[in-house]
Amino acid sequence: MNPVNYLYLAALLFTIGAAGVLIRRNAIVIFMCVELMLNACNLAFVTFARLHGNLDGQIIAFFTMVVAAAEVVIGLAIIVSIFRSRHSASVDDAGLLKL
Amino acid sequence: MENLIGLLVAAPLLGAGLLLCGGPRLDRAGHWIGTLLAAVSFALGAVLFADLLGRGREDRTLTSHLFSWVPVGGFRADVGFQLDQLSMTFVLLITGVGTLIHLYSVGYMEHDERRRRFFGYLNLFLAAMLLLVLADNYLLLYVGWEGVGLASYLLIGFWQHKPSAATAAKKAFLVNRVGDMGLSIAIMLMFTTFGTFAFGPVLAHATDAGEGRLTAIGLMLLLAACGKSAQVPLQSWLGDAMEGPTPVSALIHAATMVTAGVYLITRSGAIFNAAPDAQTAVVTVGAVTLLFGAIVGCAKDDIKKALAGSTMSQIGYMILAAGLGPVGYVFAIMHLVTHGFFKAGLFLGAGSVMHGMNDEVDMRRYGGLRTYMPVTFVTFGLGYLAIIGFPGLSGFFSKDKIIEAAFAKGGTEGWILGGAALLGAAITAYYMTRVMVLTFFGEKRWQPDAEGNAPHPHESPRTMTIPMVVLAFGSVFAGGLFSINDTFLKWLEPVTGHAEGNSPVSALTVTIGTMVVLVLGVALAWAQYGRRPVPVTAPRGNLLTRAARRDLLQDDFNHVVLVRGGEHLTRSLVYADHTLVDGVVNGTAASVGGLSGRMRRLQNGYARSYAVSMFGGAAVLIAATLLMRAV
Repeated sequence: MNPVNYLYLAALLFTIGAAGVLIRRNAIVIFMCVELMLNACNLAFVTFARLHGNLDGQIIAFFTMVVAAAEVVIGLAIIVSIFRSRHSASVDDAGLLKL
Repeated sequence: MENLIGLLVAAPLLGAGLLLCGGPRLDRAGHWIGTLLAAVSFALGAVLFADLLGRGREDRTLTSHLFSWVPVGGFRADVGFQLDQLSMTFVLLITGVGTLIHLYSVGYMEHDERRRRFFGYLNLFLAAMLLLVLADNYLLLYVGWEGVGLASYLLIGFWQHKPSAATAAKKAFLVNRVGDMGLSIAIMLMFTTFGTFAFGPVLAHATDAGEGRLTAIGLMLLLAACGKSAQVPLQSWLGDAMEGPTPVSALIHAATMVTAGVYLITRSGAIFNAAPDAQTAVVTVGAVTLLFGAIVGCAKDDIKKALAGSTMSQIGYMILAAGLGPVGYVFAIMHLVTHGFFKAGLFLGAGSVMHGMNDEVDMRRYGGLRTYMPVTFVTFGLGYLAIIGFPGLSGFFSKDKIIEAAFAKGGTEGWILGGAALLGAAITAYYMTRVMVLTFFGEKRWQPDAEGNAPHPHESPRTMTIPMVVLAFGSVFAGGLFSINDTFLKWLEPVTGHAEGNSPVSALTVTIGTMVVLVLGVALAWAQYGRRPVPVTAPRGNLLTRAARRDLLQDDFNHVVLVRGGEHLTRSLVYADHTLVDGVVNGTAASVGGLSGRMRRLQNGYARSYAVSMFGGAAVLIAATLLMRAV
């Protein structure tokens, strides 16, 4: 199978994720969309590693997973604490930092 | 011997420190301490004088290096003294006349509760003036110069509870500052030209510098001299300085302060000799001032102000002589010394008259005082004869020489200067006779003052009359003593140099001419004031009289040109500051503020709109990168 198709898939996934981030209000959904974007990137990296015949892309994909795992921990913690104080996970409700 | 020079300055300085910091416990003895220390300084001066006389003519310079003041890289400022014949002459005049004035003040200021402070200031004045004439470089001279300015400010404004005295002190200080700027610029120019400001190297290498540079230095020195010596155009402070106690006027006019300008020009003779343009400026200032002061002196009814005009005029003579170069330096200093005697005597006499007349200063309210104050009359009279140049008295010898030297300048210039000097001599005879006649002759014109206290004219106490008598001796004999065998000329020549001028008119003609104008002046004044009764209120007078009463409109001129001009300048500067400078600053602030106000709208608090900008930004970055790569 032509590896370029994986790049199309990755682009599609990234677009879906980005659209989700921009459109949805629920913090958890936005979070999942971010994960989707990260994984689309991972897919692109791995594909490139395959195309170029070296391991650089795969290594970076591992790094991304580690960072994503750390990010999930902190992000979920923030979302949970916001939910506890405001009883809502909507990002539009948490607008206190504006001027 | 060299160490004594430092002590000479230190003695009055110690007196000033003691009296000003000593507090009320010195109130009872303070004036005697001050007088004693001035006398100590005079004694030291006499010892040094004897020592100098014992040396060879070319070997009469003592130097004493005290310490290095500011040693920074190539810049060296030292505190050191140089005593030569010129400084010695000044030292004896300053300390001698100064001591007599101290003694006089003991009596004059007897009823003033701040007498201790007064003596402290007097001592400070002497110390500053001694520092000025003894310094061996221009920077140290500048220290003394400023010290003199400070002391004069303190003394002129001594009766500061009178607003007029406080204003006069401020005026003297401010006008002097203008001159001081000239001196500081001259010193800076010297440093850039010669790399030093010690007298020795600067004066020895004066001719090496370009003439333009020397003219600039000379003009700046002249500006300085104009300020301190009250010469046109910086003369306006002198008349108002009469607000100070009379001994102060005597000290300022005879021994210290106004002589500083003449000293400065004579000391810097080497610079002026090499800068003819600067010399022309000096003689012009001298000639203008000697007429200016004399005319003002004619119109004043206030005895002290009449004498102040006279001082201005006499200093004009000295400046004129100093501007003539080697022909005149010696005579400038000689006139300075004789003037020191008779002007101090005249001022002390005026003070004595005021002392006996309830501090009345209007000469139209004096009259016939010769029988009431015989000592004052005789000493004042001798001073009067000396200043108008009565044959045989001090002023005759010194003034005659200056007039002669002025003619010797040669050409039209010589005739103009000589004519001005002769005219000045005539006016001097006129106004001094006027003062003399109004004060001591004629009928009594005094009246009770506002509270009904009629003055009881009486002779002043001993402490006041003794200095007057001593000064009268000086007024009578100094000139003759200096002129016999050219003693003074031989004494001063190694420092100032001397050249015989070739005058188009013989010395005898000049003397006869001087005598003629003298008699004319005296006769005119006698006809006007001696033979007719003097009105107690001044008549309106003609235009010139009225102008002269207002000091020939000097203050009006300063007001219109300098004060108004300054106000307009500041107002336009303030306007420029408000519109231009503030406009730029405030405009920048306003535009930044407006821009940020618009930018702030982007911060709407919606996380998703931030995400849009992030994505938008990333998209733009990527597009730009791709675009760059494509190109």
